Amino acid sequence: MGEAHKSEYAIEMLHITKVFPGIIANDDITLQLRHGEIHALLGENGAGKSTLMSVLFGLYQAEEGTIKKDGQEVKINDPNDANDLGIGMVHQHFKLVECFTVLDNIILGDEPVGTAGMLKKAEARKKIVALSEKYGLQVNPDALISDITVGMQQRTEILKMLYRDNEILIFDEPTAVLTPQEIEELMQIMKNLAAEGKSILFISHKLAEIMAVADRCSVLRKGKYIGTVETKNTTMEELSAMMVGRNVNFHVDKQPANPGEVLLDVQHVTVASKAHGNNAVKDVSFKVHRGEIVCIAGIDGNGQSELVYGLTGLEPLVSGTIIMAGEDITKASIRKRSVSGMSHIPEDRHKHGLVLDYPLEFNMILQTYFKPQFTSPIGFLRRKNIREYSDRLIEEFDVRSGQGSVTPARAMSGGNQQKAIIAREIDKQPEVLVAVQPTRGLDVGAIESVHKQLVAQRDAGKAVLLISLELDEVMDVPDRILVMYEGEIVGELDPKKTTQEELGLYMAGAKRDEVKVK
Amino acid sequence: MRKVLKNEGVQAFLASIICILIGLLIGYIVLLFINPAGAGDSTLNVIKNFLYKKPARQMKELGNTMAKTMPLILCSLSILFSYKVGLFNIGAAGQYVAGACASLYAALAWGWGWLPCMLFAIVAGALLGGITGLLKAYCNVNEVISGIMLNWIALYTTNTILASVKESTSPYTHYIDKVNKSALLPTAGIDSLFGNNNNVTIAVPLTIIVAVVIWIILSKTRLGYELKATGNNRNAAKYAGMAQNRNIILTLVISGALAGLAASLLYQTGYMRWECTQSSVPSMGFNGIAAAFLGGLHPIGAIFSSFFIQHITDGGQYVNTNFYSPQISDVISSVIIYLCGFVLFIKLTMKKWIAKSEEKKGAKN
Repeated sequence: MGEAHKSEYAIEMLHITKVFPGIIANDDITLQLRHGEIHALLGENGAGKSTLMSVLFGLYQAEEGTIKKDGQEVKINDPNDANDLGIGMVHQHFKLVECFTVLDNIILGDEPVGTAGMLKKAEARKKIVALSEKYGLQVNPDALISDITVGMQQRTEILKMLYRDNEILIFDEPTAVLTPQEIEELMQIMKNLAAEGKSILFISHKLAEIMAVADRCSVLRKGKYIGTVETKNTTMEELSAMMVGRNVNFHVDKQPANPGEVLLDVQHVTVASKAHGNNAVKDVSFKVHRGEIVCIAGIDGNGQSELVYGLTGLEPLVSGTIIMAGEDITKASIRKRSVSGMSHIPEDRHKHGLVLDYPLEFNMILQTYFKPQFTSPIGFLRRKNIREYSDRLIEEFDVRSGQGSVTPARAMSGGNQQKAIIAREIDKQPEVLVAVQPTRGLDVGAIESVHKQLVAQRDAGKAVLLISLELDEVMDVPDRILVMYEGEIVGELDPKKTTQEELGLYMAGAKRDEVKVK
Repeated sequence: MRKVLKNEGVQAFLASIICILIGLLIGYIVLLFINPAGAGDSTLNVIKNFLYKKPARQMKELGNTMAKTMPLILCSLSILFSYKVGLFNIGAAGQYVAGACASLYAALAWGWGWLPCMLFAIVAGALLGGITGLLKAYCNVNEVISGIMLNWIALYTTNTILASVKESTSPYTHYIDKVNKSALLPTAGIDSLFGNNNNVTIAVPLTIIVAVVIWIILSKTRLGYELKATGNNRNAAKYAGMAQNRNIILTLVISGALAGLAASLLYQTGYMRWECTQSSVPSMGFNGIAAAFLGGLHPIGAIFSSFFIQHITDGGQYVNTNFYSPQISDVISSVIIYLCGFVLFIKLTMKKWIAKSEEKKGAKN
């Protein structure tokens, strides 16, 4: 870059303080982003990262502090101001219109308009196709958002930012849903962008990624600024200690599994796809025993979601049989499966897991509200019991929120929403626990606790079916790994004997075995 | 002050009042344009309604307003109940018509007593609501589309059926008090409070009881919990194993029953008769939409908002006809009713304003 900059920094946030009723979300935080650098922002859930970014994006106004661009003080009152300053962001929860196509979502708010207000979509399409090829962000511009996978939705968000030629790019946990290969690619994209002079803020709590891609890293903890370090002069251990204020155990401690009888027997299950005419799950069979954790690994969009829908009853099966604890539940209703001992931690906590406008206590009883404990014989809710139950779960599972049981679920942080769902599903005392990406978007401290809970469920004699996209999780947590590729189970691996590389080959479809049903 | 403003109920109340004031203002401006001379007086007359009359007549006039308020309350309950479940029951108007048809036919043709007539009206409204529900649940037909279609089907079916019990010399159905007195709702002495206006019947306490029951169902029961969860997040309701189709149908059946009851409580007072040649769906069901929103989508709020809307509508007839054509009264009251739809918008604006001023206050601390 030959361009001369007035200041060393593209964006500076100096001494930012932001107070919400009852909590100081940002307490005198300073963040300086150099031109052309990749700067990681690290912190646990609730550390104040999202608030800080919302201030930068004009969604909140800081009580104190200044924001400078190129050394000039600027006022950002709303996201349009931020956009005018060339700041773009990929949010953790996507801001996409479900019933629009990928193309329409990308141009939304920045539509190329020709004469008489006609949209010049062809032009936009050309630019988008070029961008997606250049950066390897594979999308179908004409697919509806509601039909594509979470991974593709993420790519749409990234393209949205690239389409607007933004100079300062904020990635809010962009890798949470990408496959290992895609993460590699994204990292390369980020490096290319930085080399072209774009400045990147990379919000993450995945230390390995930060070490791999970022130049510098600023750490926040409980709303306070802890420090900024050069990644080449630090280690993962040091970063994690800065982040959580203590040393974290990265490895999951567990005893060898002691499998008992079969609790979940899936036989030749086929499930239709909503995105295309083919079946998303093709003739899948496996068994999960009492006292073991089985993990379905695979790249996002290979039929895992549909398999879970089929197992939990959200979608009907095309063919096949599901037997839970000796009982055929193939045609059973969702409620029937739930009361006969299946718990389901859903992939999308906003779509399925919570009623966001309900208070936390009502969400805690979402699966059990009809039980005599919570409903009197003539159909009145027992509010006192509900409150007591919710308070107990909040206490036991350390669910943090502003006002306890009466907090609207919408007002809680993502990590605590997830904790609430896990509390609800585990406290139901299931026989079979289906956990779909249970640690998605959680920080290391919370991930550690979720993993412990999964292992505890296993040790208590439950069958745990874990669906995960995270390689570390796939290697560490389960006792058996089943790899899914294009709707089929292509390999069964022992996490103690396999390697990440071998797992990657199966996930990418480069290797497959004939899998016997154990 | 700010704490008071943050209360949801206070916000809803304030928003409703603001809408009413804006509506009156616009109505006044419309009158000013047509003829400045009578604008002020006429607007006042609209607000005054029965107070326009001599004191001796006031209670009796209030009684007439009350008689029409009760069905309006029930229509707005019908709208808000399904709205809480995420369904927009515009078919309430047609369910109301079905109720009118059932109660009048049972009263005039079969000579039934008031209670069976009323129950028959409830069943008719519920059935029509149920059709909308079935279409929504099993064929995914939008309830607004099927509701509007069924409104017209109900209207012309009713015209046809009631033609057999109409007077030979007019398009109106027979007077219930001449044909079958037993079908009139009992007054139970309530009429004596309203200058012996026998249009005021047990409909008044009955409606208020129904409003309270709806409020209890929505806020205190398992059914309300399920229905509101379905309304807020259909996917989560499905995930939690709630019987979605059953809930959709049940909601519209209850909504329809409320609208059917509404018609029974109006026509069985003998206050109004059905005109068998009418070619538009009675506005009662549609006014229920405005009343529901003006009442902050709260069953108890609906009682007051419905009274206000009926009060304004009745007041419209006292616009000075020397200056304005009689139809102007409908214009004025509909402007106000129209503005009632803005309650949610005003509430949202208020919320933003409060959040902003709170941020500023936070900055000072």
